[in-house]
Amino acid sequence: MAANVKPVRREAQTFKERLFLPAIIKGLGITFRRIFKKKVTMQFPEERWEVRDEYRGAPVLVKDDENRPKCVACSLCEYVCPPKAIYIVPDEIEDPEHAHVERGPAVFNINMLRCIFCGLCEEACPEEAIFMSKEYALWGATRAELIHDKETLYELGGIRPDPIKKWSNK
Amino acid sequence: MGDLLTTLGSGLPLVGAEVTFWWVMGRIGLVLLLVHVLLIVGALMVWAERRVSAWMQDRLGPNRVGPEGLLQPLADLGKFMFKEDVVPKHTSKWMYMLAPAISLVPAMVTFAVIPFTGSYEPIYGADGQPTGEYITQSWQIADLNIGVLYILAIASLGVYGVTLGGWASNSKYSLLGGVRASAQMISYELSLGLAVVPVVLMVSSLRLGDIIAYQADTVWLLFTQPVAFFIFLVASYAETNRLPFDMPESETELVAGYHTEYSSMKFALFFLAEYTHMIVGAALVVTLFCGGWTFFGLEQLGWIMGVLIFAAKTTFFLFAFIWVRWTLPRFRYDQLMALGWAWFLPIALLNIVLTGGALAFDQDWVLYILPVALIAAAVIAAWFKYRRDLDNDVPKLERAPQLVGVAGSGGEER
Repeated sequence: MAANVKPVRREAQTFKERLFLPAIIKGLGITFRRIFKKKVTMQFPEERWEVRDEYRGAPVLVKDDENRPKCVACSLCEYVCPPKAIYIVPDEIEDPEHAHVERGPAVFNINMLRCIFCGLCEEACPEEAIFMSKEYALWGATRAELIHDKETLYELGGIRPDPIKKWSNK
Repeated sequence: MGDLLTTLGSGLPLVGAEVTFWWVMGRIGLVLLLVHVLLIVGALMVWAERRVSAWMQDRLGPNRVGPEGLLQPLADLGKFMFKEDVVPKHTSKWMYMLAPAISLVPAMVTFAVIPFTGSYEPIYGADGQPTGEYITQSWQIADLNIGVLYILAIASLGVYGVTLGGWASNSKYSLLGGVRASAQMISYELSLGLAVVPVVLMVSSLRLGDIIAYQADTVWLLFTQPVAFFIFLVASYAETNRLPFDMPESETELVAGYHTEYSSMKFALFFLAEYTHMIVGAALVVTLFCGGWTFFGLEQLGWIMGVLIFAAKTTFFLFAFIWVRWTLPRFRYDQLMALGWAWFLPIALLNIVLTGGALAFDQDWVLYILPVALIAAAVIAAWFKYRRDLDNDVPKLERAPQLVGVAGSGGEER
C-alpha cells in the first residue's frame, strides 16, 4: 500500500489566504456577475434542439406526392426489426382502380415501447416507405398510446416526393 | 386616496393610544396582517432562492407557474399538502408533532417588536405652537421598551424546535443535526448578543424605535459600528442555519439533518421556519444597523414610504442571505466553533469595552477610530496565529496526502 501511495506536499497557505475574507468577497463578486450572464437553459417545449439529418428518431410511414401510401406491405421491416416492434397485416389496397398495381398494409403497428431506434427498418425497406423521423419527444399517458398505428404513422410521416412515378405507368 | 391613507395611518395603533375596543381590534387586525405578510414573503423567498440560485448557475429556475414562476410556492404547497404525512413508528410522537410548530412560532413572534414604518410627530412648545422639531415615532405591533432583549430571548427559542425535532425523530442523522444546532446556537447566540451591546450603549435604549430615531438623527450604526454589524450579520446567518453555517442540515453528511424523518406539511413548516427566521434576521439587521424604515428624509413623505423603504432594505439583506448561500461552501464543524469562540467573541468583547469606555469618559475620537482599530487588532491577531502555526508546522495548514496513482489501477506509479 505504502509503496503505491505518494503524498503530495502542497504549499502552505499564505497569510492572505488564511484571512479568507478577500477570497469570500471575490467569490461573492463572481456569483453576482453570473446573475446577468446569458443563461444556457433551453425552454424545452417551445425551443427544441436542431437535430441533424441523420438523426434516428421515431420511425414513420410516408406518402408520395400524389398522396398515396408508399408501403406495399412486403413485411421486410417486420422481419428485420430486432426487437420485433413492428406488426403488419398485408391486404389489398382500398383503391379498386389500382388494386392490380400494389398491395398495402391493413394494419401497421409500431410499438414505440419496444422500438430501439436502430433504423434497420429504414434500411430494409425496398419502397422507401418507412423513415426515421427527427421526432425525439415521444410521450403517452398509457401503454396503448405508445403503440403507433397506421394513421398515426402516416400523420407523423407526411409526404415525401418520389421521382419514380410507378403508379401512372401501370 | 391620500385622505384614505392618512385616515388608515392615524387609525393604526400608536404608542400611548387609549386602550379601547377598537384599539384592541386594530392590534389584532395588524397581527393577522403581519402574520400573512410573513407567510407570503416566506413563500416568495422559496421562489427567490430557487430563481437567484439558478441565475447564479447560468440557469433560469422555476418560471412556468404563473408570471415568472411567481406562483411556484402555491404549486409547492399543493404538493406538500397531498404528500403522505409519514410519522415513523420509532419516533416520540408528541415531540415529533410539536417540533415544527415550535421552530416556526418563535420566528414569527419576534417580528412583533420590529418597527415596519413610522411617522414624525411635531413637538409643541409651551405656548401650544409647533417648535419646528419632530419626534421620530416608529410603528410596530408591540412597542416594548426592552425590544432588543425580547428579540434575543425569543429568537433563540427557535433552536428548541430544531433540537426537539432531531431528538424526537429517533434517528442518528436527525439527532446529530439537532445536537449540532444547539451547539452552534450557543456559540453564536453569544456573539450575536454581544454585537448588539455597543448599539444599545450608543443609543442608551433597548427600544427598537429609539434605535431607529437615533440613527435617523445622527448616522446609521452600520457606519459607526461596522465591526458589530459584521459580527451580527454573520451570527444571524448561523442563527438561521443558513450556509455557510448549515451544520444542522448539512445534506452531504446528515442526509437532511434534523428534518430527515419529516415529510409533507411538517417538513414544509421547518422549511418555512427557516425562511421566517431569515426575514426576521434581515429585518433586525436593517433595524439595528441600517436605520430601519428611515432613509435620509425620504420617509417623511408618509408612512407608506416608510413601509417601502423598510421592505427594500429587508429585501436587500434577504438577497444577501441567498447570495452568500450560493457562493460559500459549508464550514467544517471545528472551523465553525473556532470562528465563533476564538474570533467573534473576543472582538465583540473588545468592541464593547472600547465603546463603553469611550462613552463613559466622553472620548468621542475613540469611536471614530474604533472600527479601524478593531479590524487592525483582528488582523494582527491573525498574523500572530499564522506565524505560530507556521513555526509549529501545524499539519492543518497543508492539505491531506492525496492519492496520485496506485499500481494496478491503470495509473503508473510515480
